[in-house]
Amino acid sequence: MAEARSGVAAEGAEEAPMDRLLRGLLALNAVSAYAFLYLPIAVLILFSFSASRYASVWGGFSFRWYIHLFRDSAVRDALANSLFIAGLASVLATVMGTLLALGLERRRGHRHAARWDAAVTLPILIPDIVQGISLLLFFVLSFSALERLLGWRPTLGRTTVILAHTAFAISYVAVVVRARLAGMSRTLEEAAMDLGATEWQVLHRVTLPLVWPGVLGGGLLAFTLSLDEFVITFFTTGPGATTLPIQVWSMVRRGVTPEINALSSLILILSIVLVTLSLAVQRKR
Amino acid sequence: MNGTQEELTGASRFRPGWLLLPASVWWMVFFVMPLGILAAISFLRPGSPVEWSLTAGNYGRLLDPLLLKVFLRSLVMAAAATAVCLAIGYPMAYFMARQPPRLQKLLYFLTLIPLWANSLALTYAWMVLLRSDGVLERGLRWAGAIGPADDLRLLYTPASVVLGLVYWYLPFMVYPLYASLEKFDWRLLDAAMDLGATRWTALHRVMLPLTMPGIIGGCLLVFIPALGNFVVPQLMGGAKQALIGNVIQERFLSQPQDWPLGSALAMTMMVLVTAAVWAYFRYAREEHALG
Repeated sequence: MAEARSGVAAEGAEEAPMDRLLRGLLALNAVSAYAFLYLPIAVLILFSFSASRYASVWGGFSFRWYIHLFRDSAVRDALANSLFIAGLASVLATVMGTLLALGLERRRGHRHAARWDAAVTLPILIPDIVQGISLLLFFVLSFSALERLLGWRPTLGRTTVILAHTAFAISYVAVVVRARLAGMSRTLEEAAMDLGATEWQVLHRVTLPLVWPGVLGGGLLAFTLSLDEFVITFFTTGPGATTLPIQVWSMVRRGVTPEINALSSLILILSIVLVTLSLAVQRKR
Repeated sequence: MNGTQEELTGASRFRPGWLLLPASVWWMVFFVMPLGILAAISFLRPGSPVEWSLTAGNYGRLLDPLLLKVFLRSLVMAAAATAVCLAIGYPMAYFMARQPPRLQKLLYFLTLIPLWANSLALTYAWMVLLRSDGVLERGLRWAGAIGPADDLRLLYTPASVVLGLVYWYLPFMVYPLYASLEKFDWRLLDAAMDLGATRWTALHRVMLPLTMPGIIGGCLLVFIPALGNFVVPQLMGGAKQALIGNVIQERFLSQPQDWPLGSALAMTMMVLVTAAVWAYFRYAREEHALG
């Protein structure tokens, strides 16, 4: 709190030495906070290029552990699973989330609008561990019910993970698309209607092209979230459906190795690139 | 912004209601129903895995001293992480809000990135830094700050768990704080000081109350998920720092399983979360109505 005071100094006409000190402290806090956020990422990425056999030792620059990583079939499988799951889940979530956002926009100001807003935010707010175990229970119980009814028992795997990821990603897509819709003028849609376009034509030819950056940004966000998701995946995955974060988890529990440095760096870089892309797309006019 | 637009033309009349259907059905099946099952199982007797008879006993079993100890530890750790996040995050958001718009955008973007980056990999990065003979210790040894045989034991302590939580959730704190500071009218501070308030009084009596929704929002966004985090305690806390999230996870995935107890724990957590969020929204709306 003490540092927060200093900013007031900028507003004052004269700058006392005390003000300058406080302003300096404020800047120092910001610089150290950003260092705190980015230093571990930088160190991890740096050491992923170390030739040493030990994870925390610098042994000269090398791609050794990345090559090692790509030769590891478990990692390759995990990458394939992750991309497959994120691809399918983000497409499903983008379609449903966009439709939801469009539908909600129409209801703005209606009686139940606030309740719908709450429903959209709930999957974002409820802790992932609660969502994870509730889905686990749901799948296990409905699978035994299916077995009793049809004599066929599905198992936890890629499908259950896709279903689970889609459920929470819909909300994120809807929020992003709604943000885009909120900043959009209605005149074009009205004009199209007046000129005799059908509902479907307006949606398809006018509204969707206008919200497209939001849809694409939301979709990329959903893809990233699914790729990074650990807790819900942890509870809903089964044998043969290991994703990248699950792979990291099982490797880390056996110990810190240079191979995990490379894998974690790869995941971090991938998610940072994707998120940057998503944010850039959303801001496009 | 487009409120007037809306009033002139009426809410866009060509958005049919079926648009809500796919997402609603999906949520009913894969979000609401699972939570319903969780609630139901929390009232069943434990068996293999459950016995189909009703009881409220699982919630009574939450009062087990061992569980209470874990619950208390979780509360303390989550509260500590929240306090540290607020102490770093408020001045940080303040600093951001006072920069020129272009720099503000960049700084905001820089806090957003770690929010979306893979948290498991970020936690792992701290392990590489902090563990015995890790990057930090080797660096200090190289610099001569510690002797060659010194072991600082930075990892697997309560402090390292709090650090991991702070790192994981700091952006969640900065985001709502920045949102409310960005809207803050700085002239109010000048006005207060022109009227004879000291700088401290102006901050304390003007800025703090007006940014309170951001403070509460940020604290909720950090405290609630920190309470259920089982990754940080497991990776950075070792065996002795288990939090409530670890207990929930173990009741389902480790032997001996106890689904009803795990469900009761998860339900308690969910009810607390929902109540807190509901109270916050109510509060924010009232503030809004008054302002």
